[in-house]
Amino acid sequence: MSTTSEPILRVEGLHKSFAGVEVLHGVDLAVAPQELVFIIGPSGSGKSTLLRCCNRLEEPTSGRIVVDGTDITARSTDINVVRRGIGMVFQSFNLYPHMSALGNVTLALTKVLGKSRAEATEIGRAALDRVGLLFKEAAFPNELSGGQQQRVAIARALALEPKVMLFDEPTSALDPELVGSVLAVMRDMRLSGMTMIVVSHEMRFARDAADRVVFMDAGRIVEEGPPEQIFTRPQHQRTSTFLEAVGGH
Amino acid sequence: MLARLQENFFNLDVAWRYLPSIGEGMIVTIHLAVLIVFTGLGLGLLLAFLRALQWRVLSWPIVIFADIFRALPPLVVLIIFYFAGPFVGIRMSGFVATWLSLSLALAAFAEEIFWAGILSVGRGQWEAARSTGLRYGQTLGYVVLPQAVRLAIPPLTNRTIAVTKMTALASVVAVEEILANAATAQAYSANTTPLTMAAIAYLVIFVPLVAFSRWIEHRFAWKH
Repeated sequence: MSTTSEPILRVEGLHKSFAGVEVLHGVDLAVAPQELVFIIGPSGSGKSTLLRCCNRLEEPTSGRIVVDGTDITARSTDINVVRRGIGMVFQSFNLYPHMSALGNVTLALTKVLGKSRAEATEIGRAALDRVGLLFKEAAFPNELSGGQQQRVAIARALALEPKVMLFDEPTSALDPELVGSVLAVMRDMRLSGMTMIVVSHEMRFARDAADRVVFMDAGRIVEEGPPEQIFTRPQHQRTSTFLEAVGGH
Repeated sequence: MLARLQENFFNLDVAWRYLPSIGEGMIVTIHLAVLIVFTGLGLGLLLAFLRALQWRVLSWPIVIFADIFRALPPLVVLIIFYFAGPFVGIRMSGFVATWLSLSLALAAFAEEIFWAGILSVGRGQWEAARSTGLRYGQTLGYVVLPQAVRLAIPPLTNRTIAVTKMTALASVVAVEEILANAATAQAYSANTTPLTMAAIAYLVIFVPLVAFSRWIEHRFAWKH
């Protein structure tokens, strides 16, 4: 992937504190369009917090985050407009339990984008089709497996045609045999050119699919590079210690 | 002994004579109960929604209202409305005073129950909805409240039944509902059969309500 073009997401000097305790100590990260950036690191390293700052689910303490030319931390920015362009997938799926799969996907289409019901249904069904779950459009979340729920959650984000997708440990809550179906959808999205930032422990997937792997520890980016470099020739002791611990070598 | 019991509590002559009066009382009771359910639950839901908007100027008065009206005995509120109101130029019929006082009591409890329901909807639901660009109020209305209402149904049905039964209090402010008509009948007939009839009339109204609430609880329980 070309990393010379203008980044679609740029994080500059990001600091984040919770109740006076700083968990991000100045993070800089630039993500190019169509790039798949994989963030790895021990728990508590700040990778989820970094991701959640990118759509301001967490309010950055200081620093700047620019998405597609818009400074999303600026006071004048309407975060609700910005969020239409940034999809997010959560570890615990967070589907709306009182709505069908299609209802989950179409809610923001009608209420945020103001689409008509017919148009939203058409877009929503196309999104469900992309994740292979059109046949489950009428099913409620409790009637779906974890893997299916996560794919509906991906469809919910995809339907808004985001410029960037954030994945916060998308497979961590899944039974091992269901992980593959979610990764397959993510691989497909990558092939279609979606810009993706993924926080995950799926090292095999990182090796196969990532353009760049970022290793974080203790609230800082320790090193980053192409997957083969990070996984086979890490430059820092902390990186290799972590990779040994998770069996990523 | 048995004959005396029958004579005083299950006297068919007396029952037949006062059946129309008890029947009229039932209509008034039902009328009151329906009004109280709609007003109380509607107001309670509205207050919980407004409180969830987290504007202090709104949420503080709502909390104070809910605490006061949960603490006050409804009979005290009813008597104040009916007997003390005229001293400050507020006159209302016993019917209106009962409707208002019980609706406010139900609204106070319902607000707290809906509020507890809102709080128990997981943070992930808020985050998922907000991440798609839904605003706070939209998230509350489309995602959180429908789930909160569902969680609130069992405690809400109990409280609704408890408050609507209190329509019997209207008998102290000259509303011709079941209990008042039964007491009058008892005085005229010098026989307690009308009170038995009143008890049966309440059962006829409220047993179906209890059964209906069971059905609703079952219908809206989460399927896991």
